[in-house]
Parts: sequence; C-alpha cells; structure tokens
Amino acid sequence: MPFTAAVITFPGSNCDRDMAVAIEKITGGTVHRVWHGDAELPAGLDFIALPGGFSYGDYLRSGAMAARSPVMQAVVVAAHRGVTVLGVCNGFQVLTEAGLLPGALMRNAGIRFVCRDVPLVVENNQSLFTARYTAGQRITIPVAHHDGNYFADAETLDRLEGEGRVAFRYGEPVNGSQRDIAGVLNASGNVLGMMPHPERMIEPAQGGSDGRALFESVLAGLGVAA
Amino acid sequence: MKVRVHVSLKNGVLDPQGRAIHHALEGLGFEGVNDVRAGRLIEMDVADSTTDAALDEMCRKLLANQVIENFRIEKVA
Repeated sequence: MPFTAAVITFPGSNCDRDMAVAIEKITGGTVHRVWHGDAELPAGLDFIALPGGFSYGDYLRSGAMAARSPVMQAVVVAAHRGVTVLGVCNGFQVLTEAGLLPGALMRNAGIRFVCRDVPLVVENNQSLFTARYTAGQRITIPVAHHDGNYFADAETLDRLEGEGRVAFRYGEPVNGSQRDIAGVLNASGNVLGMMPHPERMIEPAQGGSDGRALFESVLAGLGVAA
Repeated sequence: MKVRVHVSLKNGVLDPQGRAIHHALEGLGFEGVNDVRAGRLIEMDVADSTTDAALDEMCRKLLANQVIENFRIEKVA
C-alpha cells in the first residue's frame, strides 16, 4: 500500500494546497482532499493534515468552529485509533479546540500579526514527526499568524516538558508563547500541532528545506512504502 | 427567553487586547484607568423550556474555552 494521506479543507483554509503538494512531493503518496462537511474520511489513511488558514473567519475563537465541524468528529476518532495527525497554524488551533492537544492559542502578545522566518529548536527528536532531525538542531521555518501565543497552566506545561511533548521551541521570542513553545505532541505521540509552517520550507526555491525532514520522519516512522 | 453569556479571560491569563485598549485610553488622555480586560458578550434567544444544564453545556462545549476563559450565564427576562 502506498502512503495515503488526507488534507482537510475548511471554509477559510488557505494552506491546504501547499500542504497537499508538500506531502505528495516528499512521500510520493496519494493525497485525498477532504471537505469539512464530510462526515467520513477515506479508508486506509496513514496521515491526516489540518492546514493553516482562517477557518470560518476565526469566528468565536481561532479554530473553534472548525473543531466542531462534521469532519473533525471523524478526525478525533481516527486520532484515538492511532492515525498520525499533523495540525499546522490554524490546524494547531483546531487540534487544541477539538481537545486532541492541551492548551490554547491566544492573540500574539505583541498584538501584531507575525509573518516571517523564525528559528526553531528541535526539542525532542524521538517523536514520529522529528526523528530525522537531531536533538537541539536549529532550523528555520516561517510563521504567519495572529493567534499563536501558546498558553497552558504551569502544571500542564511541566507535564508536557517532563514527558518530552514539546517538539519544537522558538529560538527567539515570537508571539509570547509560554516557555517559547512552538509545537506540542499528544500523550501517545501520534498527534503534533505547531504554529510554524514546515510545508513552506520543503525545497530551495522556497528559501530553504528545513521542513522536509518532518514529512520524511513521518514516512520513515510509519514504515509505509513511498 | 433572552440569555446573555459573558465570556472573560481567566485571572492570570495575559490579555494583549485589554492591554492595548488600556494604552489607547491613556493615549486619549484618560487618567486613572488601572487595568483593562477584554471579553465577549453572546446574546441568545432560546426556548423558555431550555434548562440551566443545557445552557451550561452550550458554554462548556462551544461558547467558552475553559483552558483560558470563564463564563457567566445571565438570564434577561
């Protein structure tokens, strides 16, 4: 079976095509495009990606409406069954709102929208998503968000750090995130949410390819033929 | 039945919008503003038979994110 992925599109998603192209180029697999109103996911998925954007116009809270959409009920079931799920930017916000990841993403501490390349530190290279990086490696990945300020209570943050669930940390202050957290894993390690956009750094034409190893890690980790 | 749901950030959660509003008020020359917190007001018209438990569940499931927010339900006649 070739690598089979789904990219979910919500009304207002705008990085769904970039995500699909990145997955196709790096894994050589099949990418299904799934609409938010679909109550069922394609069969045999190895990987689900929730893309960046401004789903439902960020109404109520970023990611709040998308998290309650029909397709997300299916994504939650799939995630609990062990399917690998990546949420980038708005996708990260959706994962926290859906309860698949702890914490919340609040308005950037500096109020402004932040859109630039940022240094990231790979905190944990033992995860399904980061095995092709080295621990402590500094990489460059762009961010583009208004609500990327990661918040969780101190007890939750201590637990995340203690369990190695902080996958990426910002190498410099970006948005006021608690402990500079840029990406977190769920307890079983099959769900990653991150504000920076690895799908925008997969080949030199994009200014760098530091995001590539994330998709390569997933492909290798799942042991699926490319 | 009219219901107002007041959603506010929990104590200890930094409120960048409240802080910006505070600075703007100071910029307009208003003195003595000690602190500003921005929240959200949601007004609903619901069936009179709607139970308190149902209203509470609406807040928990959607209207407020309890990681960062508190909510208060006010019934307005």
